[in-house]
Amino acid sequence: MYRYSEFDTAFLAERNAQFRAQVERRIDGSLTEDEFKPLRLMNGLYLQLHAYMLRVAIPYGTLSSAQMRQLALLAEKWDKGYGHFTTRQNIQYNWPKLNDVPDMLDALAEVGMHAIQTSGNTIRNVTADHFAGAAADEVADPRPYAELLRQWSTDHPEFQFMPRKFKIAITGAENDRAVIKAHDIGLQLVERDSVLGARVIVGGGLGRTPMIGKELSEFVAFDDLLAYLEATVSVWNQIGRRDNKYKARIKITVHEHGIDAIRAKVNERFLKVRPQFKGADMNLLEEIKGHFAPPAFRDGSVASFESAYTNDPVFRSWVDTNIAPHKNADHAIVTISIKKHGATPGDATAEQMRVMADLAQEFAYDELRISHEQNVILPHVHKSDLPAIHAKLKEHELATANIGLISDIIACPGMDYCALATARSIPVAQEIATRFEDLKLEHDIGHLKIKISGCINACGHHHVGHIGILGLDRAGVENYQITLGGDGTETAAIGDRTGPGFAYDEIVPAVERIVDTYLEQRDNAEETFLETYRRVGMAPFKAALYPEAQANAA
Amino acid sequence: MARAFTPKVVTANDLLEGDVIYLTEDDRWSRELSEAELITDEAHAQVRLLDAARQASKIVGAYLADAVAGNNGPEPTHFREDFRRAGPSNYAHGKQETSPQPRT
Repeated sequence: MYRYSEFDTAFLAERNAQFRAQVERRIDGSLTEDEFKPLRLMNGLYLQLHAYMLRVAIPYGTLSSAQMRQLALLAEKWDKGYGHFTTRQNIQYNWPKLNDVPDMLDALAEVGMHAIQTSGNTIRNVTADHFAGAAADEVADPRPYAELLRQWSTDHPEFQFMPRKFKIAITGAENDRAVIKAHDIGLQLVERDSVLGARVIVGGGLGRTPMIGKELSEFVAFDDLLAYLEATVSVWNQIGRRDNKYKARIKITVHEHGIDAIRAKVNERFLKVRPQFKGADMNLLEEIKGHFAPPAFRDGSVASFESAYTNDPVFRSWVDTNIAPHKNADHAIVTISIKKHGATPGDATAEQMRVMADLAQEFAYDELRISHEQNVILPHVHKSDLPAIHAKLKEHELATANIGLISDIIACPGMDYCALATARSIPVAQEIATRFEDLKLEHDIGHLKIKISGCINACGHHHVGHIGILGLDRAGVENYQITLGGDGTETAAIGDRTGPGFAYDEIVPAVERIVDTYLEQRDNAEETFLETYRRVGMAPFKAALYPEAQANAA
Repeated sequence: MARAFTPKVVTANDLLEGDVIYLTEDDRWSRELSEAELITDEAHAQVRLLDAARQASKIVGAYLADAVAGNNGPEPTHFREDFRRAGPSNYAHGKQETSPQPRT
């Protein structure tokens, strides 16, 4: 875990004091809203439909138990007793009062957390594989580099007024759990001739113009990576379009100029930038790496785990869905589902946060992770501790065995909270989860990712959902478009639209028809929804969704 | 003939609380849409919006929202305004906590 240096602590204290004074000046009338708005956004404070919203960064998704307890305290003391984990490894508080926000930021600073650059046209919270440092399949832990990027991008003087926001994701594994191809820059750690570096993907993004990122460089050694990234952001900062906010993201710049032209410009810029990096970044990286040294994994028999697995079917079901392989064979990665059927995806109460913090402290070397899929992870757990963890989770409605299944839905806040939304997404997620729970089909359906956004900005990642749902306002009523075949992993793909959208009360039955079609069409129980879709294509799903159109065409 | 003017209410968010508020005929800010002044004249609507914008130390983001006359004062015409007057649909938070209003 990264521990703040004196510099970090002093920097944050100063920023928080500045913001406290800015809030005071807004309240006493010295600042207009037009003057105050960019200042509050720089500190993660939005004004949403019903209230302010404070978005707190969870850098690369990593938390200690003390930090998680502090998040619980904020929820209880200044909000309505819960927090919402987002699709970019942030936590959002939906009900803070303007007067309280400076105190909330000070409380976060006590545990080395902040809300800086969670908004605005800056480099946002750098996200990472939520299994980082634990996954059996990774080349290296990407978090030291993510922390270096956080320090580099925070308050970077050149990158505070960019054409638009800029999002970076990083993974240490070939299996992409960080959706790197849907980010402005995606980094995949690779090793070449014993030198660690990264494959650099650029120009991915969702929103109104979804694009899969393209490879800018197949390998940049760590020694050069920060200079290379600075060159890349700098090229876009200069030629990115400021005339039209919908064409301002780097994905459009890459699309308009072509990846080869961008690469040439980046390389040219890189030669100018490179001499400014004299190795201080690498010294810092070495120091940061020390903070992320893996814990001393304990030894011990896993017999109690094996016996519980054999004898307790509820435990077995949870292990089968919520546990992933750890690089240490006696250990496991536990994903705690924040997606109880019928509950709001990503919402955890203060009590649940404390329970998870306690479990992390007692059993998981004091570490927690937040995934972009809105779940919480205990990255290092000795298998013999799994039964005790499961028992505790059950007491707090945290033991839902649905990771990767149809009810493990990503959903943005939608029109229940968000000022930009054009339709609701939370109730759609709740109803889909409840419906398939009633049908008891979830485990039979198997691996299926549904992702829901309440507007075209696509915070719910609908384009890369196996089933994507986009809520729109069509002539004053909520209407939902469906896409199929999206994929957010290393085989990334943008989903295909099925056709006309569905009304609010038609969307759950439409999803059910899609799932029924998959169950009819699949070769065998092992063939996943995505595999079936890739094999049979859109036609059978379209026939099931739009029987009238089929009849008319006949 | 000019297109008929859709009646409006002036709405905003409270500066300190952030919650949804409406301008009343007697120049108060109410938490209840039903107490809002329903404006049926376009020129008057612009004047009232200016009145609101002058109160920048109390409110944020005033705008004119479509509304219709109901049995108990103005009612929303669009679902977005319906959510704003009530609160989110996943929890009984927001205005539902203090002033339950039946959803239409």
